[in-house]
Amino acid sequence: MPDQLVYAMEVFLNGLMAGVLYALVALGFVLIYKASGIFNYAQGVMALFAAMTLVGVMEGQVPFAHLINAILGTKVHHFGWHLPALIGIVSTVVVMVLLAWLVQRIIFKHLVGQEPIILFMATIGLAYFMEGFGDMMWGSEIKKLDVGLPQGINLWIDETTYGIFDYGFFIDNLDIVATIIAAILVGGLVIFSQYTKEGRAMRAVADDHQAALSVGVSLNFIWIMVWSVAGFVALVAGIMWGTKSGVQFSLSLIALKALPVLMLGGFTSIPGAIVGGLIIGVGEKLFEFTVGPLIGGATENWFAYVLALLVLVFRPQGLFGEKIIERV
Amino acid sequence: MLYREAGDFSKTYREDSQTFPIRFDRYRYYAVLLIAFAIIPFLLNDYWVNAIFLPFLIYSIAAIGLNILTGYCGQVSLGTGGFMAVGAYATYKLMTSFPEVSMVVHILLAGGITAFVGVLFGLPSLRIKGFYLAVATLAAQFFLVWLFNRVPWFYNNSASGQINSPERTFFGIPITGANTEPWAVYLFCLLFVALSAVIARNLTRGAMGRKWMAIRDMDIAAEIIGVNPLTAKLSAFAISSFFVGVSGALFFSVYLGAVEVGEVFGINKSFLVLFMIIIGGLGSIFGSFAGAAFLVLLPVLLKNVLVTGLGWPTDIAAHLEFMIVGALIIVFLIMEPHGIAQLWRIAKEKLRLWPFPH
Repeated sequence: MPDQLVYAMEVFLNGLMAGVLYALVALGFVLIYKASGIFNYAQGVMALFAAMTLVGVMEGQVPFAHLINAILGTKVHHFGWHLPALIGIVSTVVVMVLLAWLVQRIIFKHLVGQEPIILFMATIGLAYFMEGFGDMMWGSEIKKLDVGLPQGINLWIDETTYGIFDYGFFIDNLDIVATIIAAILVGGLVIFSQYTKEGRAMRAVADDHQAALSVGVSLNFIWIMVWSVAGFVALVAGIMWGTKSGVQFSLSLIALKALPVLMLGGFTSIPGAIVGGLIIGVGEKLFEFTVGPLIGGATENWFAYVLALLVLVFRPQGLFGEKIIERV
Repeated sequence: MLYREAGDFSKTYREDSQTFPIRFDRYRYYAVLLIAFAIIPFLLNDYWVNAIFLPFLIYSIAAIGLNILTGYCGQVSLGTGGFMAVGAYATYKLMTSFPEVSMVVHILLAGGITAFVGVLFGLPSLRIKGFYLAVATLAAQFFLVWLFNRVPWFYNNSASGQINSPERTFFGIPITGANTEPWAVYLFCLLFVALSAVIARNLTRGAMGRKWMAIRDMDIAAEIIGVNPLTAKLSAFAISSFFVGVSGALFFSVYLGAVEVGEVFGINKSFLVLFMIIIGGLGSIFGSFAGAAFLVLLPVLLKNVLVTGLGWPTDIAAHLEFMIVGALIIVFLIMEPHGIAQLWRIAKEKLRLWPFPH
């Protein structure tokens, strides 16, 4: 078997794993968009904020330590405890639900019925605010996040593939765990939205706000719930990316990675987010592997966008999106 | 009291439809021009020019450009940083290839090149709309920055990957490079700003501007009443990109002098200019100036008050700036979607009646 093909297979597998992570972020977007028509640019910053909060709680950092020290001239920084990951995750979920409530209460309650593009710009504002707020609360230095997920090369795959191709594939354990967790999460969300009362209400709201309102669904509650679920998805994504490359500002840029995924898959489709994520993950890795060296490398920054743009020119609603019908 | 149109009669249609129909307004406008051109240059020093006036003037041009596309034609673009980079690199290539040609020509040509690139990336706007388009313009942002970073031809194979603007003169006075005088660069930029504002104002109140606004308000309806969406959208992209390109050219050649594309023209620049027009006022030329002034002054103010005044560390001031800008965006979108320009209009209405209630 030629070496190049084997390398390409490894790149393909790694692309699939990366794609799962993109899909995970994209999922948060789709949830909010379907239920409220808001395209939430702040999803990436929410992931960063969730990861920061998790680290902060686990390490026992004092919130706003920098600010307190600057105003009062004190030198506080840590409470001096180390909490297990589970307590940290639970308290972070509480924080994210609180955040969802605040966002709905303070911002989007006042923007109901506005044009989608206004809502989009409001979420950009929200993203900026949370970026500053998160840094102010927990400090802007790079933090290490360790909730006990396995990391490093998967030896079993390495040995098995070595036996077959004479070349061991490098696949990170963390990516495998991420894939499994993402699959569970998607399954859970599908069950939630199909078989629970709240889930059905959520789908009703997504279908038609007015009709849902008239049969007694509380829009306010559903929107807070959706933002909370999106916050939870953001937390999961934040844990995965944070474990992989540290909790730092660049984490919030995963939102920019998820946008083309959504455009490709269609904003309204959960399967679309997953398939789109996989296509982009595999596509950008393979493109970088085959064409990248010829044109200077680092093509991953734009490949996804250009691919999504090309798809959109032919299918404006994305691969799986609902057909856009316009009326005057 | 101050602001009366009593006794101010328009005798011709021409007088009636001018930009400043009220005499007081017109004199105020001339006074602003007089102060900007004839008085400020004598009072300037290096700090004022580099910290406030140059960024304000240059961002104003970019904001006018984006306002034409987003405020008037309704096509949200997140590729402003990328288009500014096109302007900057186009001037750099022109400056180094044709050293004897005037800077003004180079900057205008750079604007033209940017307009062409803008039309190219504006083509998808005929098929996709709203935030699909906003996200699609991000493709321009990332692709252009990557292109200028990776293809050595654009930065003349310099080892650092930076572009540096060589010294060029305008009527014998250096305006780029290391030996510039504050008043010279200020006046040079002001010239472009004044011209841009006049051109943009007249474009937007003419037939073309009306077509853009029809497309913005509802594109299908506009199409039915006979506005060609192809020409309207693409002309908005071209003209907007022209202004953005000119501002990128000035930003590189006159203001910064040396540019590393990823840092200077990254996605944050796109957001900054978008925020300027949201805060300043969508669909208003005055709003572009107001937004640019606001977002240029805010960091300077915060730095002076918090860091110099209260002695806080700079990172807190930076975080606070993010929070304030983000919160302001939301507040303006909720309370006053037409931005500072609308507040200004309301203030003028109030001034007309003052001191009477009605």
